[in-house]
Amino acid sequence: MEGTAVRGRLTWQVATVSQLIDETPSVRTIVLQVPDWAGHRAGQHLDVRLTAEDGYSAERSYSIASAPGEPVAITVERLDDGEVSPYLTGELQVGDELELRGPIGGYFVWDADHDRGPLMLLAGGSGIAPLRSILRQREHSGSMVPTRLVYSSRSLPDVIYRGELDRCDGGVEVIYTLTRQQPPGWSGHAGRVDAALLAEATWPASQDPIAFVCGPTSFVETVAEGLVGLGYPARRVKTERFGATGGPGGPDGGT
Amino acid sequence: MSPISRGFHGRRRTPAGAEGRVPPGQYVTSDFPVLSAGPTPHTPLEKWTFSITQEGGPSKSWSWTEMRGLSAETVTADIHCVTRWSKLDTEWQAVSLDTLLAQVEHDAEYVMAFSDGGYTTNLPLADVTGGQAWLAFGYDGKPLEPEHGGPARLLVPHLYFWKSAKWVRGLELRDDDEPGFWETYGYHMYGDPWKEQRYAGD
Amino acid sequence: MEALDGNAIGGLLQEVFGTEMTNATGMCGTCGAAGPVAECVVYLRAPGTVVRCRNCGYVLMVFVKVRDMNCVDLRGLATLGRG
Repeated sequence: MEGTAVRGRLTWQVATVSQLIDETPSVRTIVLQVPDWAGHRAGQHLDVRLTAEDGYSAERSYSIASAPGEPVAITVERLDDGEVSPYLTGELQVGDELELRGPIGGYFVWDADHDRGPLMLLAGGSGIAPLRSILRQREHSGSMVPTRLVYSSRSLPDVIYRGELDRCDGGVEVIYTLTRQQPPGWSGHAGRVDAALLAEATWPASQDPIAFVCGPTSFVETVAEGLVGLGYPARRVKTERFGATGGPGGPDGGT
Repeated sequence: MSPISRGFHGRRRTPAGAEGRVPPGQYVTSDFPVLSAGPTPHTPLEKWTFSITQEGGPSKSWSWTEMRGLSAETVTADIHCVTRWSKLDTEWQAVSLDTLLAQVEHDAEYVMAFSDGGYTTNLPLADVTGGQAWLAFGYDGKPLEPEHGGPARLLVPHLYFWKSAKWVRGLELRDDDEPGFWETYGYHMYGDPWKEQRYAGD
Repeated sequence: MEALDGNAIGGLLQEVFGTEMTNATGMCGTCGAAGPVAECVVYLRAPGTVVRCRNCGYVLMVFVKVRDMNCVDLRGLATLGRG
């Protein structure tokens, strides 16, 4: 499985949009039918390329939000002043074609036979996408690895995949924190992830956990530094920094 | 040939009447993209200096206050980035490089502009004199923001905008044309957008 | 514009090297720090892609797409490889 999902030649191919799922008011999941898909590992991403009629093209990277074996899906957050995300979350229709290449990545990946220590997942905003792939892969594989997810979002309506996360089995504990707005009666955490929240919510370093941190650069740096401060060896903290669109490929601005 | 993405056109808008102002291969944008090769420096103004230096010859340095005491002008220019976006009618507040270069005796033919963070770019002296180049400290009537090169950057609009070094701290006068940062990595030594001189060999 | 990390250029690296490289170990030629390419600091959307050492900030790799060719400069690295 490992060998087939990291092919030597990375070629562009044309996929077809088979389903669109509105996750939140500004986030949409795009499910794709990819004719020559060799499979992927949880945590990997793909590159998308859009080409306009005059030849102008733009490329972005998006984490694969589905588990190995499921149809390929990416989750895109719309940035109002973006160039690509408004197209993917607005104009794109079922039946449209999308050029992509993948799967990509060998560092920010998780396999069920990965590890002995508990699994520590930390997501900021759309950084939840590759972690959902990991959670689904954990479930599909029958893994019982104790897992915690700390998930930071602006507000409750901004929590992506909330229904699914609330239904996680007993081996997965989900800790939400809402940074800007909390609903009345909210008893969960409020505010950004900080040292105090990390100390409370993460597996102790003594249990040799493996951590996956994904989200905007500033989130990842604060969290990674915090985990190392709690005794996590740097090599047990995997990081993936996003631009603002829901993928490692840079903010949806500039060229 | 890549398949066309139905309904995708990016953000480009070519305003009517702009023909003739847009070099080949460029698109007009109304935003101001931020491109960078490294972290944004933050030099405090009291530490900032601009220097003109040369090996074996006189040099001169200006503090922020001294530079702001020089006569400045408003410059309106079209700018063209090698990554294909162009922005028309940008407005800058700047000191002409003629003003600065006039204060240093030299017979150099080239300059290497150098910036905080290690960025460099090379230009012929003939292209940074004669009213073609400025040290810009203001954009659109406001102090130039760090992400756009503030406190001060070079402004050389007749060449691709990578020559308009952000966070510039000085010019090294030289006899020979040596490649700066992007020129070393494959970009053109001169960079005329009207001749589409993007890469070495163009 | 915040910097990203080596994950963002996974596709580019695979295009250039013919294999997955984000998990490869790079050693900085300036300060000697070593780590996965995925953890390097990456600046995209400049006239080229610039990869810097997370420890000292010096340039490790620069990728420029010249017409349809990838021009790669690795002079900032002391070593790059598996393990």
